[in-house]
Amino acid sequence: MSTATAQRPEVRKDDSMLKQKVMMAAHYDRLTSAKETGRKVASTFVPGNLNELVMCFDLLNNLPEVNAIQSGLRKQSGGYVMEAEKLGHSEDVCTYVKSDIGMMAKGNVGPNGKSLPAPDVLLLSYTGCFTFMKWFELLREQYQCETIMLHTPYEGDGKITANMRDYMVKQLKEEVIPTLERVSGVKFDIDRLREYLRESVKAEEDLVWVLQSAKNRPSPIDAYFGGIYYIGPIFGAFRGTPEATDYYRALRTEVDARVAAGKGPVTPEGDMGEEKYRLVVEGPPNYTSFREFWKMFYDEGAVVVASSYTKVGGVYDFGFRHDPDHPLESLADYCLGVYTNRNLPQRVDMLATYVDEYDADGLLINSIKSCNSFSAGQLLIMREVERRTGKPGAFIETDLVDPRYFSPANVKNRLESYFQMIEQKRSGRRAPAAPVAAADTGGVGGAA
Amino acid sequence: MKTFIGIDLGSTTTKAVQMDENLEVLGRGITNSRSNYDTASRVAKQEAVVDTRLTLCRRGLSGIPALEGRVDAFLGDLERAFRLEQFLEQLGDLEETCVGQIQGERFAGREQAVKEALEAVFAALREEAAALFAPGANRKSDFFRDIAGSRYLAQAEAVAGEAGLPYDLLLNVYDKSIIEVENRPPAEDMSGKFMRALDKIIAAAPEFQSAAKDVKAPVKQALDVELEESYLVGTGYGRVTLPFSKEHIRSEILCHGLGAHMMYPKTRTVLDIGGQDTKGIQVDENGIVENFQMNDRCAAGCGRYLGYIADEMNMGLHELGPMAMKSTRTVRINSTCTVFAGAELRDRLALGEKREDILAGLHRAIILRAMSIISRSGGITDQFTFTGGVAKNEAAVRELKKLVRENYGEVTININPDSIYTGALGAAAFAHRTLEGGAADGGAQEAEGGKT
Repeated sequence: MSTATAQRPEVRKDDSMLKQKVMMAAHYDRLTSAKETGRKVASTFVPGNLNELVMCFDLLNNLPEVNAIQSGLRKQSGGYVMEAEKLGHSEDVCTYVKSDIGMMAKGNVGPNGKSLPAPDVLLLSYTGCFTFMKWFELLREQYQCETIMLHTPYEGDGKITANMRDYMVKQLKEEVIPTLERVSGVKFDIDRLREYLRESVKAEEDLVWVLQSAKNRPSPIDAYFGGIYYIGPIFGAFRGTPEATDYYRALRTEVDARVAAGKGPVTPEGDMGEEKYRLVVEGPPNYTSFREFWKMFYDEGAVVVASSYTKVGGVYDFGFRHDPDHPLESLADYCLGVYTNRNLPQRVDMLATYVDEYDADGLLINSIKSCNSFSAGQLLIMREVERRTGKPGAFIETDLVDPRYFSPANVKNRLESYFQMIEQKRSGRRAPAAPVAAADTGGVGGAA
Repeated sequence: MKTFIGIDLGSTTTKAVQMDENLEVLGRGITNSRSNYDTASRVAKQEAVVDTRLTLCRRGLSGIPALEGRVDAFLGDLERAFRLEQFLEQLGDLEETCVGQIQGERFAGREQAVKEALEAVFAALREEAAALFAPGANRKSDFFRDIAGSRYLAQAEAVAGEAGLPYDLLLNVYDKSIIEVENRPPAEDMSGKFMRALDKIIAAAPEFQSAAKDVKAPVKQALDVELEESYLVGTGYGRVTLPFSKEHIRSEILCHGLGAHMMYPKTRTVLDIGGQDTKGIQVDENGIVENFQMNDRCAAGCGRYLGYIADEMNMGLHELGPMAMKSTRTVRINSTCTVFAGAELRDRLALGEKREDILAGLHRAIILRAMSIISRSGGITDQFTFTGGVAKNEAAVRELKKLVRENYGEVTININPDSIYTGALGAAAFAHRTLEGGAADGGAQEAEGGKT
């Protein structure tokens, strides 16, 4: 066993990554010791995560999606998914859900090896993913705890209206806040919320700066594989905290230094080589073979300069910031604007804008086998972005945390074909070979 | 002359195409991929070179009055005689290798007897070799192992019986030798073998003797042409195992796109159904891939599906198409999952459905799956080129034509008899583009290999 470990190359980690690791460890320790410390726990989702509000009630924020991702990265999710299937969940159900259900069935052990607490309240923030609702129904059945449904109207027409905002604020005032007060026993203080929101804005500013640094050539970051790390604190239980502010400030300084040095992204194997392809990616990554998947990109000199996945927990790069002066309204706008709540034309707009603004070679879609909500329409998105930008698109299929749906040889084959297609498009037109007429029939045939 | 070589390492066979500066195909070669891609690519390439020599001979002989109207027959004789020469050489190698294996305890005291037995076996093999390469001879395979193997076993059994030797001693030396010999194809002195073959043909045909000089000179000339391997490109599933640098490797999607374009320049959509994958490819007017889709999580509905069905029905793969053509009504088969389709097949048979009708349904199921992949790649634009092993299956082609007409109207559908070489042809064209087209495909590289 020690030989296998010894042969593995040392994984390169930046200071910001180490900092985040410490933050995450502290977070899971807080959660797993909640019973001893007497803290109460709310469970909620990344898209529409109202972390500042949750903190106003001294509640700890537990995110089942993040737990599923952690299980995927730690190669635990395969077993959990199968456990959930044993309990009767179909092969086609979202694998985040099955990983979570399977994890509960096997003792709900978190990344620190200790059991995660049962939630005191389920805050279902519904933002475009229908599965979320079913998922929390299952959790409610399991935990028999208070459940709040915050309904975010879908941006079917591609815009946020005053009515939509009012409707959300009304729910916050009449449903969400009173229930959280009752569960937690803590009185809501709007000034406390304003304070957290003020902190959020600082982190949001730096996050946007970091994401937009990918407009440089070479890009100092990978906005998909690296981006997964960058969104960790702000999409999870840290938005609105000074730790998040510090993290993003440190990250920005780090990236700034890379820009100044003309360096590309950091990969698990160190600095990336020459930047050959710049891609925009739609869809989540595969977490069970995350490193292997990433390697298929950086080995070929492909860097992701923008991705929609890093917007599922909040879209900040088109100007939205949490607003301490209009706290509830800005929470409403935040939920309404997350990527999962946007309609197809908005997603097309966003992706086409990224291809143009980040000077990308094209759009790559990683379609998720078990995600019916977001896989629908992705081919149309690809074609439309191709049409608008004139840049070629490509389509691969994997899964979130079910290792059975990651077929490396085939994914690699498609990716390499795509990169070569880009290469060919760039220069091939200059000197096309003149075709011959239907194959020469000279010779008496080989050994056939 | 400058030549460009493309090699397609498929999961079942390895193909090579050699072309000249004018993008004209000179030669094609094919061999089984075995488990050794390195050897497979070497053998396929060598076969392509043999084919190239024959093409050059054809060009040289086309104006010879003595051969007027008989060039094809003459070249056919020449190739057979050449292959016989090659076969005998390899047989010699096999004999020598077998003799070298006579050592160790199990042969103790019987060395001389085994050696004599081998001599007798190989003498018999040499004797019957000419008949194997006679015009119209029916060989089950063209691969040395297949031809030599079955005859060796038969002769060895007879010889061992007569000599009172255990058969397994002769079997043992053969088993130890054949892989080694197979991976060492005869490459030396190709011209010498061709000339010896030519002499034999002339000696056997009095009508050529007066024109011997006229015939020999152009053949000699064709054999003396220096074939410079200017650039080589590899593709296919085995490509990563090739001992080539990255610049010499292209994805098979690009190669199939360009290969189809080379065969039919008006191609805009390509469907390739191979052993383990199905590809829908859109190309532009220069053969550049615009878009593609292929199966990835599951290989349902690929060529292997038919192989499995053939096994289930206890039939040969090539018999499936003709039987399906006899159907009068198509039984609906829903599953493209190979294993489930097997279950559906047994179910329908139990219900008394006719085999040909079930087979027609299975062919339709494959093509329906392919249609879905094509539509996701952007549909069918005129002209449409169908490649891969399944393109040889007439029932599959019939279903495809029907479904294309239903969904896309009248479209020209191209199916080339040499479509198995599409990927290798595209790879050779990439090799040409790389060198002749400046830095068009990743920068001009120094030629690898050298002279052939």
